Amino acid sequence: MRAPAIRYYQTGSFAVGNRLLDPDQRALQAEEQRSNTITCGHRACQGCGEALGARYALDAAMRATGGRLIAANATGCLEVFSTPYPESSWQLPWLHSLFGNAPAVATGIAAALRAKGREDIRVVGQGGDGGTVDIGFACLSGMFERNDDVLYICYDNEAYMNTGVQRSGATPPAARTTTTPAAGPEPGNVFGQGKSAPLIAMAHEIPYVATATVAELRDLEAKVQTAMALRGARYLHVFVPCPLGWGSASKDTIRIARLAKESGIFPVFEARDGEVTDVSPIRRQVPVEEYLRPQQRFAHLFKPEPHTEVIARIQAGADRNIRRFGLLDGRGRGHDEHTPAGRGHGAHAPGPDGERVGEGSPA
Amino acid sequence: MLRQLEGSRAVAEAVALCRPEVICAYPISPQTHIVEALAGLVKSGELAPCEFVNVESEFAAMSVAIGASATGARAYTATASQGLLYMAEALYNASGLGLPVVMTVANRAIGAPINIWNDHSDAMSQRDCGWIQLYAESNQEALDLHLQAFVLAEALSTPVMVCMDGFILTHAVERVDVPDQEAVDAFVPPFQPRQVLDPDEPVTIGAMVGPEAFMEVRYLAHAKQLRALELIPRIAADFQEAFGRDSGGLLRPYRMEDAETVVVALGSVLGTVKDTVDELREEGVRVGVLGLTSFRPFPLAAVREALVRARRVVVLEKALAVGIGGPVSANVHMALAEASAGGAPRCCTVIAGLGGRPITKASLRALLADAVADRLEPLTFLDLDWGVVNRELERMGASPTSGPHAENILRDVGPVAAGPV
Repeated sequence: MRAPAIRYYQTGSFAVGNRLLDPDQRALQAEEQRSNTITCGHRACQGCGEALGARYALDAAMRATGGRLIAANATGCLEVFSTPYPESSWQLPWLHSLFGNAPAVATGIAAALRAKGREDIRVVGQGGDGGTVDIGFACLSGMFERNDDVLYICYDNEAYMNTGVQRSGATPPAARTTTTPAAGPEPGNVFGQGKSAPLIAMAHEIPYVATATVAELRDLEAKVQTAMALRGARYLHVFVPCPLGWGSASKDTIRIARLAKESGIFPVFEARDGEVTDVSPIRRQVPVEEYLRPQQRFAHLFKPEPHTEVIARIQAGADRNIRRFGLLDGRGRGHDEHTPAGRGHGAHAPGPDGERVGEGSPA
Repeated sequence: MLRQLEGSRAVAEAVALCRPEVICAYPISPQTHIVEALAGLVKSGELAPCEFVNVESEFAAMSVAIGASATGARAYTATASQGLLYMAEALYNASGLGLPVVMTVANRAIGAPINIWNDHSDAMSQRDCGWIQLYAESNQEALDLHLQAFVLAEALSTPVMVCMDGFILTHAVERVDVPDQEAVDAFVPPFQPRQVLDPDEPVTIGAMVGPEAFMEVRYLAHAKQLRALELIPRIAADFQEAFGRDSGGLLRPYRMEDAETVVVALGSVLGTVKDTVDELREEGVRVGVLGLTSFRPFPLAAVREALVRARRVVVLEKALAVGIGGPVSANVHMALAEASAGGAPRCCTVIAGLGGRPITKASLRALLADAVADRLEPLTFLDLDWGVVNRELERMGASPTSGPHAENILRDVGPVAAGPV
């Protein structure tokens, strides 16, 4: 389930002001009793989407399990910035083994707990997109098909950031990485490649697959909560902008994540047993150009003039997501009931005028 | 109880008697019968509580074992050959993290060319990965070594692989004494993990370590193996007291008294070597055998002490260190280096039995005759068909596009070479 609908007033932003909400509607991060699973002092970059996503996800998982949680972590930024010897940010039992085996290590932890009759303790596996959709994919698929009792969370920043921004199987078309440079007649990553790990996860017909972004953190918390209430293999794919790799401003991490969702670039949905059960509708659609422009990895698409043909291909991909997941269908079903008429479809940015905006409630 | 058992079945029962809590396995010949038997024991409920995880690769098998062991469960897996190589990264990880996983390696050749038969290329390729390596001579010893391996691994918090020759042992039916559960429970105490993932006392395992401490952490892996040099004989002595069998230990000397020529070997070939030595002894030839049960840690001092009075040492190896010779010989040379002041024995390397080539008594007799007569080259390939090799070398010289070696050679030795029927 998505986060419950909240109606609120905010100027120029979709952000939820916790202080305006009833206590039971507030984000877990607003609570002083939150577990601070990744505590301060780590070495993540300013504006790191992965650090933010992991903090919300794991604190939510800790709350859902009453602190009975073990994490298996793949090699990658999250592992490196959180455990510079001899310091550790982790306030839960945490094991890092290798780059490509976090799902299998998590399986081993879950198997041990089962053998010991300690299934009150739950298991989270986590890694970046490289560790998840590329090098760890066989282990991930194995964990899925066995339906092992693991929630695996992929923090997707769309390239190998820890090694210096190389292309991964999650890198979008046209994006500049150090191995898909902005050079030649078709600069950046090639069209027609890459994979959707959430859709492949769904093909395993596991109990729960969901996507989320760091723009909607209450939604992320709610999805973790949902996942932890279930048993078996669960997969959560979180869209986490990377200021370093994407060449975006640190302050724009959340804005870019929101634009990814609002443009249809990154569909936010939930699936049970292989079927989509809920989507977070686009509230006010923006053209992909709005999403691409603040990122240096797409700068070549706008120099010297906008490469309209390439941008149109990216827009076509977003439009396909919109059709496929019905990201705009909610309009007819009351998803976007709080958006004032005439400002919804095609608007480029949240309104500056203190309008009433909100999540809407599922139809 | 004495029973006629396949080696794999004997090992499976030994492992089950040690009450593993997590078994993860991926099939690869010739290890499969072991995990098949264990799967049956878990599925039927005879082995409980135990989780049997059918994984999608050997890399995953070792990774599941790592996760389970770090959660305080006794973890076991088995593999061979390509499977061992496929888990290589995780092998280093298990030892680096100090996780006492026990694994059977049903020794098999490494491709290419693909070959399912026995040699020691697989285990030898991982000799430096930080795992203790014990080699079984017989099915009884394979069974016994598994009981000792769990005790050893958990005492040191370091992983142990028990190596047994694929097919030669794993698929051979022999008389084996299988101990009862009560005796094994007394010998193998419950697992007390040195480190464990526990929400009540959260620890970070697997943190990044920079130049300021990496060497020290790595040294600890070495320190554990040095301690194993003391512990392995002690556990073997305890084992003998508990079960009445002389099994395990660092070395297995055989007819070493006054031996001028000593064959050093590992694993099941020791049986053939001992038979050959018995015959030669009857003919008055002063030969002996030194079996290496523990290859990692390598018992340098004990090997030196055992060999220093010999005139010649023949290291019989089922693995080839391509470009130099034999991995075991290199270690034996190191053991003998410090003895050189008093006149070290001459040490020759014999590469034998690669990819399942039989090592026969006849070949060993001829080999030892050459050794005793000091005619043995520093590096010998036992029963190598030089005709076949030279023909392929000629083809390579004659044409830069002579094609794949294996196919060319098979044409020379196989049905094609035999001509039309």
